[in-house]
Amino acid sequence: MKEPYSEVARKPGDVCGVRPEASGTRRLRDAVFLLLMGGLSSSFVVLIVLLLAADLLFTSLSAFSAAFRQPEIIAAFLLTLKTCTAAAVLSVWAAVPLGYLLSRYSFTGRQLVDVIVDIPIVLPPLVLGLSLLILFHQPLPGTSWILDRWLQDSVGFPVTYRWPAVVLAQFAVASAFAVRTMRVTFDQIHPRAEQVARTLGCSRAQAFLHIALPQAWRGIITAFTIAWARSLGEFGPILVFAGATRNRTEVLSTSVFLELSVGQLDAAVAVSLLMVAMAVVVLVILRGLGAGLSP
Amino acid sequence: MIELDNVTLTAGSCRLEALSLQIPSGQYAVLMGRTGIGKTTILEAICGLRTVDSGRIRIQGVDVTDWDPADRRTAYMPQDLALFPTMTVRQHLEFALRIRRRPGLEIARRVSELAALLQLESLLERPMRGLSGGEAQRTALGRALAWPPAALLLDEPVSALDAATRHSALDLLKSINRTTGVTVLHVTHNEEEASSLADLRLQLVAEPGSGRRVLGVG
Repeated sequence: MKEPYSEVARKPGDVCGVRPEASGTRRLRDAVFLLLMGGLSSSFVVLIVLLLAADLLFTSLSAFSAAFRQPEIIAAFLLTLKTCTAAAVLSVWAAVPLGYLLSRYSFTGRQLVDVIVDIPIVLPPLVLGLSLLILFHQPLPGTSWILDRWLQDSVGFPVTYRWPAVVLAQFAVASAFAVRTMRVTFDQIHPRAEQVARTLGCSRAQAFLHIALPQAWRGIITAFTIAWARSLGEFGPILVFAGATRNRTEVLSTSVFLELSVGQLDAAVAVSLLMVAMAVVVLVILRGLGAGLSP
Repeated sequence: MIELDNVTLTAGSCRLEALSLQIPSGQYAVLMGRTGIGKTTILEAICGLRTVDSGRIRIQGVDVTDWDPADRRTAYMPQDLALFPTMTVRQHLEFALRIRRRPGLEIARRVSELAALLQLESLLERPMRGLSGGEAQRTALGRALAWPPAALLLDEPVSALDAATRHSALDLLKSINRTTGVTVLHVTHNEEEASSLADLRLQLVAEPGSGRRVLGVG
């Protein structure tokens, strides 16, 4: 029977059965592999850096400060902060129970719910905005009841083309990412501790509140941050469902659009850079929590 | 007393049929059997974490088959201990009492008793991270005993401990059984553990051919 590696081992200059030539070839292949991987990876990183550098070179400090002296931009900035925060809070509010249920329980229709939750992630943003618009303005089948009219007349809280529409449009997309994050968070928390808590006298709700939730705090902050970041970048659904009315429903993403549409490229770039700075802050928070953007 | 009366239960592909056993009050029973045969499943059924297909489970003569785990007065200590990572040792000992909204004085007294019994006095403010295997095991035991249980269910409680710690842990378990009178069902593979602890030895085996699980005494 032929001994394994015997031919290699008999050649002169062998060290532990490995020929120096073979070792050198392997090192060369490793170097080529790393160069290839590095080259492919850096093409993306370089693109992002070039984009940011181009923005920075295009604008000047004076143009930047001029843009932020405009009352419309200041109003858009403040509205962005408010609506992103409101959408992120609402997203976490929905994502924590939904993520927990999807992670812990098997129930009829769970797969369907799982798919439905992902729809806002894959749906074109404009379609989502259009769907919201139709939902709020379509009469209930067989009646003349319209949700937006009812909210305006009976509740005194009109939504469409007002700031609540901005929040709702942001929430519709951001919550899907928050749910994914919370689902993964609860998947990573072993349910055994909650089970033990139930044998110690806890109801399911108490086990959730006392055991699961305190362990999920990092996931909750991550979900909030991701939802906030997604809300910041939302544009299509806001444009369709809330409009882009200055001092009313204008947020930073729509400011860029409005400034571009009137030929104010300097102001558009300045607002873009501000959004980049806000995104960087969010990413730093995420990295600080030891979590990436992907759930 | 822990009593299984003709209990049938399913856990994945494992099916346990027509199991019957009686562990008299205050006895220390040891359940043995090969890995994956369903020993943990039996513990989970007794404490209510797994529903039975048929048959009845009684604790202290009371039929608890359809009861919630919270109401059964069984304390379950899983193999991985399942300590609460966000709590200190003290919070573990207080947990079952706080859930039942007991007065602060009663909680403090009970924590002192348990800490003395389990030699946890100097560890009370420590978080779970950094506890040794023996300390974690004593914390889990204290958490289980805080609200005096009618049955203590231990799933390989000393398997993760080194030899020296294991001996003292076994002595502790036996002394808890003697001093508190709690009925214990202890799952293990270890013959030495069974010999040193058991008032009653139970063996879960699969019948050759059919694979049907049979619970035998001795």
